[in-house]
Amino acid sequence: MEKLLLSHTGYEVKEARILRTSRLTEKDKLFELSLIGGEILDFEPGQFVEVSLLGVGEAPISICSSPTRRQSFELCVRAVGRLTTALHRLEAGDVVGIRGPFGVGFPITRLIGHDLLLIAGGIGLAPLRSLINYVMDNRRDFGRVHVLFGCKDPQNLLFRDEIELWQRRMDVGFQCTVDRADPDWKGNVGMVTALIPGVDINPEETFAVMVGPPVMYRFVIAELLKKGIPEDQIVLSLERHMKCGLGKCGHCQIHDIYCCQDGPVFFYERIKDLKGAI
Amino acid sequence: MEHLVLPKSSFDLFVESLVRRGKVVAPVARGNGQFVFSEVQKGSDIALRYIPTILPPKKYFMPQYETLAEYDTRRGQKLQPVVEVESLILFGVHTCDLAGIQCLDVVFSDRPKDLNYLVRREYITVIGLECNDYCDTYASCGLMGTFLPQGGYDLFFTDLETYFLIHVGTQKGEDLVQDMPFLGRAQSQHLAELEALRARKAQIFRPEVPVDRALLPRMFKEGFEAEVWEEIGGRCLSCANCTNVCPTCYCFDVRDVPDVNLVTGRRIRVWDSCQNEPFAKIASGESFRAERSDRKRHRFNRKFSYPVKRYNRFFCTGCGRCSRVCMAKIDLKETITQLARETGYLKV
Repeated sequence: MEKLLLSHTGYEVKEARILRTSRLTEKDKLFELSLIGGEILDFEPGQFVEVSLLGVGEAPISICSSPTRRQSFELCVRAVGRLTTALHRLEAGDVVGIRGPFGVGFPITRLIGHDLLLIAGGIGLAPLRSLINYVMDNRRDFGRVHVLFGCKDPQNLLFRDEIELWQRRMDVGFQCTVDRADPDWKGNVGMVTALIPGVDINPEETFAVMVGPPVMYRFVIAELLKKGIPEDQIVLSLERHMKCGLGKCGHCQIHDIYCCQDGPVFFYERIKDLKGAI
Repeated sequence: MEHLVLPKSSFDLFVESLVRRGKVVAPVARGNGQFVFSEVQKGSDIALRYIPTILPPKKYFMPQYETLAEYDTRRGQKLQPVVEVESLILFGVHTCDLAGIQCLDVVFSDRPKDLNYLVRREYITVIGLECNDYCDTYASCGLMGTFLPQGGYDLFFTDLETYFLIHVGTQKGEDLVQDMPFLGRAQSQHLAELEALRARKAQIFRPEVPVDRALLPRMFKEGFEAEVWEEIGGRCLSCANCTNVCPTCYCFDVRDVPDVNLVTGRRIRVWDSCQNEPFAKIASGESFRAERSDRKRHRFNRKFSYPVKRYNRFFCTGCGRCSRVCMAKIDLKETITQLARETGYLKV
């Protein structure tokens, strides 16, 4: 067996240094990174990268910052597996490997000029935050903007500081709800679906974009359709375990679709007939 | 391209000549009616009549364990991509397995191209071997139309009693048969005998299940909720034998293998299987194909429906390996028959 050394096969990584970390919840940690050597990661909101730690492996993580703030990029990592647990042990100054970005992000060019209803559930806020901040930074490209966020309980609230900022903005309607409140919680209680009927939107002009767990999609989509938003104006990001990111390994496959290459962001009409997609 | 004639008395000379050029791999008998592709030194090592080998030639194109990159943590988090290659002459590949290699070629040439596969591929010379009759009753090459050669080889052998007729398929094949004085040019009578064999074969190899091949993708789509999936799902043991032996199953896992010094190591890919429960699991613990019936249906659709849409070809080559190795006796032909019956696609 002969061994050939190649420079590019798709499996090489770029080194990125952790600039800052902050703990968002007990299980979620935010990492701000930049590529070593000054190169800027060229990505779109909604895309993901494979994060690599030698000896541990790789995991697909959505980029949660907006490309409008380009000097660095951010990843919100929940410690659930081997790699993510190892990542949580890292601090500013440490180095990781990055492959990507991969996949199709949110359809910005289609969204421009329209009203937006952005809906996140749980850690789905992380990928959606990329779009939210993109919209905030390009606010006059869009019409009316509503953001709805639902999460389990106040302890699991991500990006608290930013949420306060969004809540204070006059040009964005932001609402937040928790499934289970604690004594200090003063906001809404209940599922994010319960917020939808009360949102004042013009359905023909509105694109709904959502990121959350599959169970949320089923209920939210029903509400959105009830509200009169057309199927081709409903956009969602599907979570799968993208192992290779190159449309080969099969882990993220839904019918004939590879989430890592054809998605993770899809229009609802594309996937609505694919059983098991949501 | 031209046809050549190799008298059977010179077969050993031919194999010796190949062995002088490099490592030769061919079907070899392993007892209990089983065959494997393995290195050979001489003509008599080769089983010219064999049922599909336990593992298809896939193992040379996409090894079960393959190094994608090497690392040395003293150099930071960088990876050095590598491709492991070996010059190989693969002799005696049946038409079903040629079709299997073509399927892999299509997948790994699709953008983004997989250089680990494509670079290694260049080092392999493929010599096909025609089946004059069925190998056994598990095959469904009549249904899939893979009992005749459709390219994908450098040389192709047809056994015509006293001699082999060799079709030269590529320049690589042409180069291989240079300086082989025991080869003669084919005459019209040889080509006539090939024609006659092919005509006989057209009578022997008939669709093993009475369905229209062109309608299979539609049948699988319409039969997505058919009972057959529950039925075979109930028997499936989730052992992944079917995907391991499939010539077109290419799913893999990527993982790190640190050396014992914990300083250096490799990132590898290993065969994985959609039949394993964790295959479609995500971080939250949700599994998108939690039931065995979901996974069986997914695999069948990945042979007869999804790739037709994506790559415009079937990913079942009719080799019959999945049925041969299934411990629960889930039979591909029976499954298709049952699905065809449920969906009304069975011809009467």
